[in-house]
Amino acid sequence: MSELLIDNVSMRFELPNGGHVQALQNVSLDIKSGELMSVLGPSGCGKTTLLNIVAGFLAPTEGNIILNDKKVIGPSADRGMVFQQGALFEWMTVRENVSFGPDMKGVSRAESKENVEHLLEVVGLGDFKEKAIYELSGGMQQRVALARCLANDPDVILMDEPLGALDALTREKMQGLVLDLWRETGKTIILITHSVEEALLLGERLLVMAPRPGRVHKEYRLPFADLGVGNDLREVKKHKDYASTREEILEMIWSMEEEIMGRTEDAS
Amino acid sequence: MSGFIIFALYLVAFFGSYLVLSRLLSKYFQREGFNSLKTVTFGDESAVKANRIASIISVATVFWLWVAFTNSAIPLPKLPGPFQGDATFTYTATLEDGTSDDATVTVRVYREDIQQTVDAEGNPGREPDAPEVEPGDGFAKNDTLTAARYSFKVLNVWSNDEVSKKGGSTVTAINGIPIAPGEKIDIPEGTVGLTDKGTPTFAPATGLRMARLYLPAPEVVMERFIRLNKEGYQGFTLWEHTWKSVSRVLWGFLLGSLIGIPLGYAMGLTNWSRGWFDPIVEFMRPVPPLALIPLMIIWFGIGEVSKVILLFLAALWIMIIAARSGVSGVAIAKVHAAYSLGASKWQILSKVIVPNSLPEIFTGARVAMGVCWGTVVAAELVAAEVGLGKMIVVASKFQLTDIVLVGIILIGVIGFLIDVGVRALETWLVPWKGKV
Ligand SMILES: Nc1ncnc2c1ncn2[C@@H]1O[C@H](COP(=O)(O)OP(=O)(O)OP(=O)(O)O)[C@@H](O)[C@H]1O
Ligand SMILES: [Mg+2]
Repeated sequence: MSELLIDNVSMRFELPNGGHVQALQNVSLDIKSGELMSVLGPSGCGKTTLLNIVAGFLAPTEGNIILNDKKVIGPSADRGMVFQQGALFEWMTVRENVSFGPDMKGVSRAESKENVEHLLEVVGLGDFKEKAIYELSGGMQQRVALARCLANDPDVILMDEPLGALDALTREKMQGLVLDLWRETGKTIILITHSVEEALLLGERLLVMAPRPGRVHKEYRLPFADLGVGNDLREVKKHKDYASTREEILEMIWSMEEEIMGRTEDAS
Repeated sequence: MSGFIIFALYLVAFFGSYLVLSRLLSKYFQREGFNSLKTVTFGDESAVKANRIASIISVATVFWLWVAFTNSAIPLPKLPGPFQGDATFTYTATLEDGTSDDATVTVRVYREDIQQTVDAEGNPGREPDAPEVEPGDGFAKNDTLTAARYSFKVLNVWSNDEVSKKGGSTVTAINGIPIAPGEKIDIPEGTVGLTDKGTPTFAPATGLRMARLYLPAPEVVMERFIRLNKEGYQGFTLWEHTWKSVSRVLWGFLLGSLIGIPLGYAMGLTNWSRGWFDPIVEFMRPVPPLALIPLMIIWFGIGEVSKVILLFLAALWIMIIAARSGVSGVAIAKVHAAYSLGASKWQILSKVIVPNSLPEIFTGARVAMGVCWGTVVAAELVAAEVGLGKMIVVASKFQLTDIVLVGIILIGVIGFLIDVGVRALETWLVPWKGKV
């Protein structure tokens, strides 16, 4: 089974002016197959950096990423990424975007057709297959991005604020979609978000990170994601523990943000 | 003088037609609802749309100004024209002993372009004969003169007189008004004067229109265009002149793109290429292609090769820079997405970087085409055997301003068509441009 091991990863950015930023320090995590983990943390605490390292876009200065007992040395098709926005290919139709992964592997269009069309149905874009990307709304574009990632059948799906640019209603629908897809496909998912609600609803496991240096601050195991599968997310929000956990985490992040604001910028 | 009148008339046409039309067609001019508020955000591209009525009137205004300042046959309001026809004035000759005598000068003023006109039978026009006049009495005899419009004539009035200038006869008055050497007197048909040595001169009134030599009328240019189509010029048909210029541009641009785009990609993708070509590109970029014309002529002569190489160089740097910034401009998220979807480097290049750079390349192509078109005409002006620029420069040596204008209009129209063509290709191939 696919197991993702983040082993004592540190990341240090050298700055052109001679200083440096310790974006991550000794982060270790063990993510089981099929786990849905959401990551929260104040801005600049290294969430994107961590995700980029897992994806293989960045090499950590220390430590390793191990997926299925193999060390990660670069990006590859076993780790799919859903970006916040702007990562779709405008020169391709919706269908061509979604079948990009299979195309690259040399799978013929005829072979991939069925799966691609199925995925487009699942994300509710069955009628938009031949449309151009710029003809879609922001929410539809994110669904294309999700379908494109799934069409490639990765072991791990990495999402960096995938719903950040959407309005509240579309966002809620997409959250339901993510949960359903997670349960249906059994993929390992790491999801970065700025919204505490989203982290609570979607995270089976929730990681709160702290800044300067970026590190794991606290971990939660949550029941809401399971409750949310196939259910109305608004019902889940009425769960007795929901409000209290939310307050606790908000409190935590606020105090961290305040600490950053109060502290003068030091890049050493 | 004419310049100020043109400018003033143009301003009047601009504001006047706006005021008149916005009253008459108030519906069309009214911005309604939110659109009326949109201009609040000045510079919002989408808030400003060309008013096509204004465009039509603008073109009509330029045409009308053209007619108004020439001796055109087109029935539109025109500025006061030059005098044409017969005019007379008298001069008073005075002898040393104080006796004087009057005589009349009859001037026949004819079209300055008479030889370029054709009568009903197809014969070219000739200069008219001098009017016939009686010699009259007294020692000063009546004179005749023929003068073209816009010309200036010196008239030896003594040639038929009984007392010559050497014999002591001087002109002391014109139409009874005393005049001294170096002075001038305006009569309705022109200006009569005396040279510093006392010889009478006559210049027909010019009005405010321009002579054919300076600005031929629209119909003259049109006729010339038709004739050029039939007869060609300098041994080549008009079509050959035009096509030669266009084909030089196409070849130069094609070669420039063929070499420039891959070089630009290389510069955008590898450190070595970027470092290697950077100095050359940065050095050559600010050198205007026109400055290379002399070198091209020295190296490659005045034939096709030198033109095509010049245009190739004109297009090359532009296309290199366009391709380079097209590559550098790719959003890193797209490259990352492609990598994590399993694309190889080569696939990323062909499926992501190249299509992503197309909008930039098309922008570059439009600029390059414009520069090439300007450069080819200039190069042909300097030296060529055939081409629109060559046609213009030869015609200007023979003062055939109508051919020069035909050439300029063709150059403008073709330049415009080239741009329209590239833009059409762009909307077809890069429909997403400006929409993401
Ligand atoms: N390429 C880089 N060069 C230098 N410093 C960087 C670079 N990328 C990130 N950093 C620094 O590393 C730290 C973590 O950045 P990161 O983007 O991972 O934060 P984040 O948690 O994703 O923030 P946000 O929630 O705002 O997206 C920041 O202080 C940032 O300035
Ligand atoms: Mg981030």
